[in-house]
Amino acid sequence: MDEIKLIEIKEEIQSDNALVAQELRDRLQRDQTLMINLMSSPGSGKTSLLLRTIDALKDEISIGVIEADIDSVVDCEKIAETGIPSLQLRTGGFCHLDATMVKKGLDGLDNPALDLVFIENVGNLVCPAEFDTGAIKDAMILSVPEGDDKPLKYPLMFTKASVLIVNKIDYMKLSDFDTTRLRSHVNRLNPNIALFEVSCKTGEGIDQWVDWLKKTISEFKGTAG
Amino acid sequence: MHELPVTERILSIVLKHAERNQVAQIMSITLTVGELSELENEWIQHYFDYLSKDTIAAGAKLKIERTPIVIRCNACGRSESISKEQLGEMICPQCGASADFTLVSGREYYIKEMEAQ
Repeated sequence: MDEIKLIEIKEEIQSDNALVAQELRDRLQRDQTLMINLMSSPGSGKTSLLLRTIDALKDEISIGVIEADIDSVVDCEKIAETGIPSLQLRTGGFCHLDATMVKKGLDGLDNPALDLVFIENVGNLVCPAEFDTGAIKDAMILSVPEGDDKPLKYPLMFTKASVLIVNKIDYMKLSDFDTTRLRSHVNRLNPNIALFEVSCKTGEGIDQWVDWLKKTISEFKGTAG
Repeated sequence: MHELPVTERILSIVLKHAERNQVAQIMSITLTVGELSELENEWIQHYFDYLSKDTIAAGAKLKIERTPIVIRCNACGRSESISKEQLGEMICPQCGASADFTLVSGREYYIKEMEAQ
């Protein structure tokens, strides 16, 4: 019997994904396309936020959407009705998107002239936070009915996101959701996060979010290319 | 659950290193995973046993070393090891600041070493 050897490996488990993600970011820089990875729980309003955002911006900038769903095309059909290019990825049971899947989506949109591409990630606060999608920015939605304690339960996602959209503020009066408490939890995890309170139902607060997007796109274009 | 694709990656990385080192059997694999990363030990082993059954890694034991969450207060520079639950309610024990911390460790996700013969 040969003796047992200890072999040092020191290799990132996600090294392949990290590589594909970096290639995607380089390509987005060249194309000057701001790609935003949108993450949240199921039912917190990812598609509704996209519809509001598309409605507000589609005459000014070109937008594309990559939809991910475990196995349905419902969201994609809603986005397609707005007339903007969209593409559905079926993750086939996987709980998240990785950079290789997103690359397929971006290839499928086949339009390097887009100013803004949203990835609508699988509805889930845990797994999508673990996988780099190659996006330039990560955004997340937390809806009021989910509660203000979510940063304590799912800290990783709140740490990764550059922007947090608190949706369904029209439910605020029916709930004990405390925005001050939420802000204090979130700021400890991520002091630089931008936070917007919106209602995709009434349209309240959407303007501020859209202004942030416009500013972020122009800053990105200033550094890209 | 994302343990399956993660396990596929682990298997492919250790087989690559096994070939490089010309070993015949992998006995154990040690992973370093931060407390902030979600990974279920039991499922990883279960998937690994299934995926590796026709390879030289069949029967290898996966050992997971957890690295603690350590954050540094950007106001005074003090580093503190904390639990995941404390992360959103952190107050610096040295200067009392309650915002602006940097994560020093807790997100590790790599294969440290393996035993093979």
